[in-house]
Amino acid sequence: MTAPKITPEIVAEHGLSADEYKLVLEIMGREPSMTELGIFSVMWSEHCSYKSSRVHLKKLPTKAPWVIQGPGENAGVIDIGDGQAAIFKMESHNHPSFIEPYQGAATGVGGIMRDVFTMGARPIANLNALRFGEPNDPKTRHLISGVVAGIGGYGNCMGVPTVGGEVNFHASYNGNILVNAMTVGLAETNKIFYSAAAGVGNPVIYVGAKTGRDGIHGATMASTEFTEDSEEKRPTVQVGDPFTEKLLLEACLELMATDAIVAIQDMGAAGLTSSSVEMSSKGGLGIELDLDKVPVRETKMTAYEIMLSESQERMLMVLKPAAMEKARAIFHKWELDFAEIGVLTDTGHLVLKKDGQVQADMPVAPLVDKAPVYERPWIPTPAQPVISAKDVPAPNDLLGALKSLIGSPDLASRRWVWEQYDHLVMGHTAQRPGGDAAVVRVPGVPGKALAMSSDCTPRYVFADPKQGGAQAVAESWRNITAVGALPLAITDNMNFGNPQRPEIMGQFALSIEGMADACRTLDYPVISGNVSLYNETNGKGILPTPTIGGVGLMKNVDRMATVAFKTAGETVLVLGESKGWLGQSIFLRETQGREEGAPPPVDLAAERRNGDFVRSLIVAGEVVTCHDVSDGGLLVAVADMALAGGVGVTLTTPQSGVPSHGYWFGEDQARYVIAVPAAAAAGIEAKAKAAGVPVERIGSTGGADVVLDGRKMPIQDLKQSHEAFLPTLMGAA
Amino acid sequence: MKAAIVVFPGSNRENDAKAALTQALGREPIMVWHRDTSLPKVDLVLVPGGFSYGDYLRCGAIAANSPVLREVKARSEQGMAVIGVCNGFQIITEAGLLPGVLLRNANLKFVCRNVGLRVETSNSRFTSGYKKGQVLSIPVAHHDGNYFADPKTLDELEAEDRIAFRYCGPEGRLDANYNPNGSTRHIAGILNKKRNVLGLMPHPENAIEPIHGSTDGKALFHSLVEAVS
Repeated sequence: MTAPKITPEIVAEHGLSADEYKLVLEIMGREPSMTELGIFSVMWSEHCSYKSSRVHLKKLPTKAPWVIQGPGENAGVIDIGDGQAAIFKMESHNHPSFIEPYQGAATGVGGIMRDVFTMGARPIANLNALRFGEPNDPKTRHLISGVVAGIGGYGNCMGVPTVGGEVNFHASYNGNILVNAMTVGLAETNKIFYSAAAGVGNPVIYVGAKTGRDGIHGATMASTEFTEDSEEKRPTVQVGDPFTEKLLLEACLELMATDAIVAIQDMGAAGLTSSSVEMSSKGGLGIELDLDKVPVRETKMTAYEIMLSESQERMLMVLKPAAMEKARAIFHKWELDFAEIGVLTDTGHLVLKKDGQVQADMPVAPLVDKAPVYERPWIPTPAQPVISAKDVPAPNDLLGALKSLIGSPDLASRRWVWEQYDHLVMGHTAQRPGGDAAVVRVPGVPGKALAMSSDCTPRYVFADPKQGGAQAVAESWRNITAVGALPLAITDNMNFGNPQRPEIMGQFALSIEGMADACRTLDYPVISGNVSLYNETNGKGILPTPTIGGVGLMKNVDRMATVAFKTAGETVLVLGESKGWLGQSIFLRETQGREEGAPPPVDLAAERRNGDFVRSLIVAGEVVTCHDVSDGGLLVAVADMALAGGVGVTLTTPQSGVPSHGYWFGEDQARYVIAVPAAAAAGIEAKAKAAGVPVERIGSTGGADVVLDGRKMPIQDLKQSHEAFLPTLMGAA
Repeated sequence: MKAAIVVFPGSNRENDAKAALTQALGREPIMVWHRDTSLPKVDLVLVPGGFSYGDYLRCGAIAANSPVLREVKARSEQGMAVIGVCNGFQIITEAGLLPGVLLRNANLKFVCRNVGLRVETSNSRFTSGYKKGQVLSIPVAHHDGNYFADPKTLDELEAEDRIAFRYCGPEGRLDANYNPNGSTRHIAGILNKKRNVLGLMPHPENAIEPIHGSTDGKALFHSLVEAVS
């Protein structure tokens, strides 16, 4: 085989800068082969190396007594008591989903599930955070349709319920949608599997689907900007087969129940390259692979193609030699490939053989440790002015404004989306999509459940990255709290534009600062995550979107709170202070067409105090109806509760200095609406005051209308508005 | 009574079904792997939901030709009770235990939601715990639940009182708006001639505890246990 000469053009095509290539030459002490260059290219891509984000990510708190494994493994692990662990992570599949929405989204879901079951956990819930362009953009409908079908197609077949998520629309995503998928799994704390290889001479085993030419250079694609010709990148999108993954899941869990596995790593981005390099580098060992033994589905694949393929549904394992036959039998039962493709060595080198020749021989440690790290220049986002509610025109009719707001793209019902996801399989779903957080029962311990949520308010982050970063974490914490669970940890999916532009890097750096503050105050550490940069099209960045996936623990699921009003005659209370903050509100955007102003400030001490208070009421069984106040403000929150329960409400605007439209549509943080039996209201108010939590009576439940200061709107009318948007947009009845 | 659940590669509601049968029986059913050619001696076989063989070729078509299904069919002809839920309904229909076929949903989308289900007959070991005309709330979760058969077969099913369940509105009204998949004559579940085989698209196994939001599925499993033991 004649090796092509490595030219500067070839280096550039591999996404390596001249300086980075110089470092390659230094490490190798010679010109690399094409295969070696390809390996450097993917290992040093932004996607795999975090070279632009690493210095900032280090500022996030990652530890707590209940954290078993923080960032750095396939997924994070927390202790949830009773010998059980929750394992979770969120990951993006943005660029592939824009190019080929069905397969892009499907393989995103498949990839994140693999990250979780690689560690020994059975996935028990999926969530997803989707961000599309404007509803009337010509591509939007096609993208929504494909992404939702792809997520459903994969998750439904796997038999893992898709229980929650979020969907937003904004022009900045027109050319670069976001598809962030999260999986939560359950394992035993003494049965968690890691990726560090150990034991010189131990066999390296390839299991799962065969390797094809799909997805070559997916990691590199995820590390560049989009241009007009992105469609040409379609061949770099992987194709998913959820049936094979379902078999792989069952086979892996069956093998994990035995004592056979030394180390295991899924083949995700950068496939066999990153899995073999990560396993050997974490174990401080060398690894030798015979690529002729890799199961392939196409003929004449080169070493380069085999190493860079991102074919799905594959795993790499190091097994105990004595367990080989047992393991082979399990994979045979599930009709999956099982191939011994290599061995661990003490050389510290990755050695690849094919056709009797050495195709690559490179030191593993510098490939990982010497990966470039950039402290990219950044500038802070200029502060926006604070907008006073007094300077925003009041609508003639607050209820009319409510009706149009709850039918607007960002607040309308997502039923059309989540009814395409099987959210009930496994039989443990205690709170379905549509509430503040999804709740899934934990098998094995009566009453125990996990609450989970996905959150970010990108327009806040854009206006003030630090406040917005803190708000994303606080809102996640609040949603978990609002169902009565104790928030334990988060995974973060950082979606930003081109890090080589200082204003984008400023958004990144400052939102991390805000997130870190919130994580510390709320005891809500980051245990896993993913960074997706270069979310730009032709030089225009998306709204910065640090999506937060949160998980919390509930000991008594029978006391879980839901948003629905349950019965007439209950008193409706607001916990937290309503100052009428309209800057960056949905009200300002939808009724005035203004996407302006400073976002609502986040008072973390107030978040903590108000949240701990409301949770204590729920846990004590005193409150079963609770909703956090977020997008759209107080009136939207109350309307959600009326719609969910089919029970009306009569409201009176409290006398205060806040104009009524600011009061009802302001997006002040750290607030919850609760409904309690009338006889209990005074007692709860007294407790709130004692705890230093502001509390206000705003009305009582009953009837079939939302009544505000004497004016009426039938729930039925609100419901029609709320339910119409997506079915109408997507052309379904 | 003894019960077994047949598990195929790609089955995914076998544990939900196991929970429902365990609740009704007071002990666990036997899980039978699809490659087993001999079926244990049982009074009931449940074919669970999921995506057997990834729904490749056609939903249920590959599983219908598995050795274990031949055995299930042979025993059903001798009177053993068989219930096929969702993908299980597709499988036993493909295998010829029941007439008709399950087509892709009319709107071409997967659908997961609670539906109204009207009990059309209480004359079977599966439905004797319900009253005829009773309206249940049970979830569906499928992409291919659009039941179809020729008019002659449908007339025969009706004449022989073999329609077990129909999709309906809250008061039992039959209306296209309440039919989640476009099935012919709103059919959700049917019986065979001997009334010992039931196929249905909805998931009664996901409506057996308060946490599920409905316990209307419970009576199906309980009446089955009573009738068979």
